[in-house]
Amino acid sequence: MTTPVSTTAPRRTPGYRFNLVGIIGFSVLLFWVVVALVAPWVIPYPVGEIVDYDYLAPISDKFWMGTDYLGRDILSRVLMGARYTVGISLASVTLACSIGVTLGMVAAVSGGWLDTVLSRFLDAMNSIPSKLFGLVVVAAVGSSLPVLVLTMAAVYVPGSFRFARALAVNINTMDFVTVARIRGEGTLYLILSEILPNILGPVLTDLGLRFVFTVLLLSGLSFLGLGVQPPYADWGAMVRENISGLSFGAPAVIFPCLAIATLTISVNLLIDNLPQKIRDRSDA
Amino acid sequence: MSQLVEIRDLKVAAKTDAGRTVEIIKGVSFDIAPGEIVALIGESGSGKTTIALTLMGYTRTGCRISGGSVTVDGQDMVQLSEKDRADVRGTKVAYVPQSAAAAFNPAATIMDQVIEVTRIHGLMPVDAARTLAVELFRALSLPNPDTIGDRYPHQVSGGQLQRLSAAMALIGQPKVVIFDEPTTALDVTTQIEVLRAFKSVMRKNGIAGVYVSHDLAVVAQIADRILVLRGGEVQEVGSTDQILHRPQHAYTRQLLGAFEPVPRSPAEAARVADLHPLLEVDHLVAGYGPLQSDGMPLVRALNSVSLSVHRGRNLGIIGESGCGKSTLARAIAGILPRKGGNIVFNGRELAADARHRSREELRDLQIVFQYADTALNPAKSIEELLGRPLAFYHGLKGKARDQRVEQLLDMVHLPKSVRHRRASELSGGQKQRVNFARALAAEPKLILCDEITSALDTVVAAAVIELLKELQRELGLSYIFISHDLSVVEAICDEIMVMYAGEKVEQLTPSDIGRAENHPYSRLLFSSTPKLDPGWLDSLEQDPELVRAYCRR
Repeated sequence: MTTPVSTTAPRRTPGYRFNLVGIIGFSVLLFWVVVALVAPWVIPYPVGEIVDYDYLAPISDKFWMGTDYLGRDILSRVLMGARYTVGISLASVTLACSIGVTLGMVAAVSGGWLDTVLSRFLDAMNSIPSKLFGLVVVAAVGSSLPVLVLTMAAVYVPGSFRFARALAVNINTMDFVTVARIRGEGTLYLILSEILPNILGPVLTDLGLRFVFTVLLLSGLSFLGLGVQPPYADWGAMVRENISGLSFGAPAVIFPCLAIATLTISVNLLIDNLPQKIRDRSDA
Repeated sequence: MSQLVEIRDLKVAAKTDAGRTVEIIKGVSFDIAPGEIVALIGESGSGKTTIALTLMGYTRTGCRISGGSVTVDGQDMVQLSEKDRADVRGTKVAYVPQSAAAAFNPAATIMDQVIEVTRIHGLMPVDAARTLAVELFRALSLPNPDTIGDRYPHQVSGGQLQRLSAAMALIGQPKVVIFDEPTTALDVTTQIEVLRAFKSVMRKNGIAGVYVSHDLAVVAQIADRILVLRGGEVQEVGSTDQILHRPQHAYTRQLLGAFEPVPRSPAEAARVADLHPLLEVDHLVAGYGPLQSDGMPLVRALNSVSLSVHRGRNLGIIGESGCGKSTLARAIAGILPRKGGNIVFNGRELAADARHRSREELRDLQIVFQYADTALNPAKSIEELLGRPLAFYHGLKGKARDQRVEQLLDMVHLPKSVRHRRASELSGGQKQRVNFARALAAEPKLILCDEITSALDTVVAAAVIELLKELQRELGLSYIFISHDLSVVEAICDEIMVMYAGEKVEQLTPSDIGRAENHPYSRLLFSSTPKLDPGWLDSLEQDPELVRAYCRR
């Protein structure tokens, strides 16, 4: 008894190749990450120092992006702001997604009372408005980097949990999970080896989207004065500081806005154009 | 013009995800005379449905007719504009889909949907259409033909819905009807009634038909001519009689050969048989839904089922959909904890829930599922899939594990080169072999096979059955083989258990089949399995009492 088996059939394995739009998105993101890393060594002026008597100055040879409402160099502040905006957002979104996705998978795999308790608890958390929650926390314990990261992570855990749980519940009913379960595998193996690889594509996409939300939330909190505290500023805080310059068409408002826009748009472009190999995993 | 349908050198091209264009139909030509039923038969991917759909000038998304002509009643469907094609569909050519349940709109009454064609084409006033529909319901021997149209699709059975979808196709008085595997999803006892209804209504009205199927026995009952297809090419054309009795082409012979599997010889079974039962199931009760006050689940899918399997022997479980056969497998495996009764395996009592069984108990009892697609993790390579049980149960690592993976692949007749592939890169038969190899990796004593050949083509399924027998000879395994297909169970099992509505009807040996002392339901079930004889359906007589008692037609 033999079956014809084609061993030499040419097969197409999609590689980790990006398309053009993906490359553009990735490059812009990479640029901001690099800027965040090297900012202290490339800024032309110290961040907090007033270097020009002309406040809200236009673009000039000396000040490439003009100056802010106190006469501080915008270029230096944008470059340093990348540290806060990219760094805090990345840290909190990673934290939120790791916790949310893990809990989501555990809830889906375990089911029963654990699922109910986790789901209801996180639903309850979801019902708190994010900005209000930020306000209360910052008012209560003061604003510092760890507080900001944790607060924003807490804001995005429920959404991430819901998302991952919904995906994992579908995978959980597949026969291969049943096979692994009656093989005697533990929950850790089930979630890491059977569930996670099959929801990774959508989860990464979700992580990208949530990163954008985090950037916007951080900018929002900073705009309200709850974010990074002076003399340092993230991009959102810089928009708030210089908002009075808007009517003069001062570059001091435009550039932080541009920075936020380029970062969020590039992340969106990147996640919409993830390599085929990662996206393929979603249609299990 | 003498022929109703003339297909000349038909070519259909499809675009793959990679952007390559492949030809899936490679120059097919055939004719259909008025009133003639032509069957297209072949395995999945042979292009039978694609050809049938071109009669309506339609191709599935991503495909297009790249050459040739499809002339229906003097009009070339390939050349027609989309608007003209729409006029032809439903009035000259009609379609009966495989899954009637998916083809009906659950939110509208059956009558509204059946007469929709006459409304769209403005064929007749609504009252006339209703009268015609009721006549068709009667001709298709549907119960309560006058009122069945007022029901919603979920209020009738699967077999009835399939006949209603035929009524929907016939109401426009088409010249050709395309049947796309219309009975494949039905139980055998239901299939008979549907086939009979189709046959009589087609004959009475002199309508030509294209009958797409993978089942030669079903086709033999209804078709005048058979076209054997493979890989988008016609292998053989001939009258039904000629194809069945004097096949010319090697592939046709292979198809026919796969239909009559060699039964397991009693001597072979006796050679390995052991007196101690390996598995004893005693008055097993299991079900779904919330527990009632008596501690039993709301829906009892298994009601006090007992069975025993001896080492080296195989038990077949046969029954129609919903009889509880898969639930039985799940209860034995501990996926669905039992609510009553007892399971003794290898001399020890098994816990109800797989979570409370020891690793050794789990290892000895493996289960193989019907759909290899969902049973194999798509994110893992074949090597990882087979390597995990080896590492988990036997602690094999590195080279030893690699060697064992190769051995396992060899056992199921797969080349070593598939090791690094993913399941999606294998064919259906190959996937099922990997699925089976994973169960073998545990080195079990008993394997529960839940409809493992049902999703496979006839020829491939026959090869898998042969493989199972071969492995049993080599490894001394036992199987519990669950299927709705009698011929498959006959081929591999020493004993057959018939189930109906969650209960065991009787247990018999393959040689007992067809004897007068069989339980009435077993007789009904066995006699309903189509035979490769064109006269089988017409000569079949079933006791109407029995049919009424056991069929939900």
